[in-house]
Amino acid sequence: MGKETKIVTRERVAGRQKLLVPQIAGFVYCPGCHEPLAARAIADVLEELGIGDRTLGVFGIGCSSFLLGILDIDVVLGPHGRPPDMATGLKRVYPDNIVFTVQGDGDLMSIGADPLLGALTRAEKITIIMLNNAVYGTTGGQMAPTSLAGQVTTTTPGGRDIAHFGFPAHAAEMIATFKGAAYSARGAFNTPYNYERTRGYIKTAFRKQMDSVGLSFVEILCACPANWRMSPIDSLKWIEEKMIPEFPLSEFKNVDRIE
Amino acid sequence: MGERMFIEGNVAIGWGAAKADCQAFFGYPITPQNEITEWFAREFPKMGRIFVQSQSELGSINILYGAAAAGVRAMTSTSSPGWSLMQETVSDMANAELPCVIVHVQRAGPGGGPIRHAQQDYFQCTRGGGHGDYRNIVLAPASSQECCDLVQLAFYLADKYRNPVIVMSDAIIGRLRETIEVRKIEFGPVPDKDWAARGRGRHKDNKRRVVDHSSDLFGRDPNYRTFLQRLDQKVRQMQESELQYESYKIDDAELILVAYGYTARVSKEAVNMARAEGIRAGLIRPITIWPFPYKVIGEKARQGCKFLVVEDCLGQMVEDVRFAVEGCADVHLVSILDRHIPTDGGMILPGKVFDKIRQIK
Repeated sequence: MGKETKIVTRERVAGRQKLLVPQIAGFVYCPGCHEPLAARAIADVLEELGIGDRTLGVFGIGCSSFLLGILDIDVVLGPHGRPPDMATGLKRVYPDNIVFTVQGDGDLMSIGADPLLGALTRAEKITIIMLNNAVYGTTGGQMAPTSLAGQVTTTTPGGRDIAHFGFPAHAAEMIATFKGAAYSARGAFNTPYNYERTRGYIKTAFRKQMDSVGLSFVEILCACPANWRMSPIDSLKWIEEKMIPEFPLSEFKNVDRIE
Repeated sequence: MGERMFIEGNVAIGWGAAKADCQAFFGYPITPQNEITEWFAREFPKMGRIFVQSQSELGSINILYGAAAAGVRAMTSTSSPGWSLMQETVSDMANAELPCVIVHVQRAGPGGGPIRHAQQDYFQCTRGGGHGDYRNIVLAPASSQECCDLVQLAFYLADKYRNPVIVMSDAIIGRLRETIEVRKIEFGPVPDKDWAARGRGRHKDNKRRVVDHSSDLFGRDPNYRTFLQRLDQKVRQMQESELQYESYKIDDAELILVAYGYTARVSKEAVNMARAEGIRAGLIRPITIWPFPYKVIGEKARQGCKFLVVEDCLGQMVEDVRFAVEGCADVHLVSILDRHIPTDGGMILPGKVFDKIRQIK
């Protein structure tokens, strides 16, 4: 991985991926948001793997749906939390296609837990990318299943009280426990090193699907400065100091065959 | 000439779907539609087609959303509580204009209800069911033969209008075994599905496709009003072109019964009993319960006919009949309260309907 990183760094920093829509209609992201980095990493990986022409993106309700305007691939949008179901339908009828979802932590781990567990149980050959920003972003920063203990949000003005609201949910660790999962990892975008490492996770996840191993999953810790009421710089620090200790970065499962 | 089979309505649904070239079925166990899901689990793999048992009805309808978005003929089936669960996505499908077929084998409610027969989901099916302005064509079979035939019509209409189509059966029709002819029905060409999301490389122009259920930021219509106008036009066209009903002995009738599904068969028997006593009764049986045959009911009302609605609920379709007669005729009701026994096994039987006919007379 290290070798590969050196070769393409310049293009990766300054280049523009072919799989981004030529003219982005409305750039809707808040300053310091990490979702565009996810778009960039995904576009990079799809180009490298040469699968853009047969890849479909299914995006959730929330900021993840904005990827519709960024990635120049076939896209399906539907109800809140249901992307793993929709991806299942798209994949089952065209098994040669590569189907992935991008969802927020609320979309996947709260309202969308039922389709996630269904897809995991059936070992669907799809890829799920979850952007974890520890809040509901589009609606203005309410508590999410991933909000940290003590975290102040608009629905936990006194901080998330674990006695009352429970604990942050760990998607990558949970998914790794399922037999139907081929791959589960957690990365972050707060440093160039973490970005590159996470990009590698995304690539591995797509490879697992290309090899029809099982469900592959990548969770990415993402900054949401607007809803965290922080500067973009402070947000990077908050990821490092608060989020990563709660949500360690690692590969939790990586197998070439499920049984 | 098709193959003759002695099968129940639920199984006839399966054979009809196979004849309509349905390629994928997604379902979740719920009584009284299990025979449908089990039929697809048994028969579809043999045909090289797709069967997936989902984790819930939410799963079924959203996996169906994905398959329909890929432009494949696909369907699901369910019963009342499952149908309620599906409503959000049905609304999304109406917005995203995804053609698909949903079979709804009604059971009793509200809530968990008894798991046996009833006709209590008329409002929910004919008024949309989910949020927002949309309508689905609703086909109501009254026999095994119609289960087989109408599911084929449903696929054709879904493709024609790019809209979900509902086949609303009930537990009696679903479990009633009859000899039918399983035949493929030709309806003519349907529009090309060039809009479907199958991967850019599969599109002749190599341009991406977007299946969107909401914002229309990137596509189909210049603005929200043009989108609504297009939906409105679609609804009007469905109302004008797709109405189907059976009329039985209504030409000289003084009293017309209105019923669909299992109670239509009961009503037909009651009409025969009345005719045998010289009472001029007839029957209008909506085959599409949406669109509804308002016009013929209105005309008959102005000619002086009285009406008797027979439905196995507290009174839902009766409101449409009252609406159709515009105050020009008496509208009576035989309802779920007129079942022959008070337990959940009770049915509306022809004798009870005949009693009511005599009372009105």
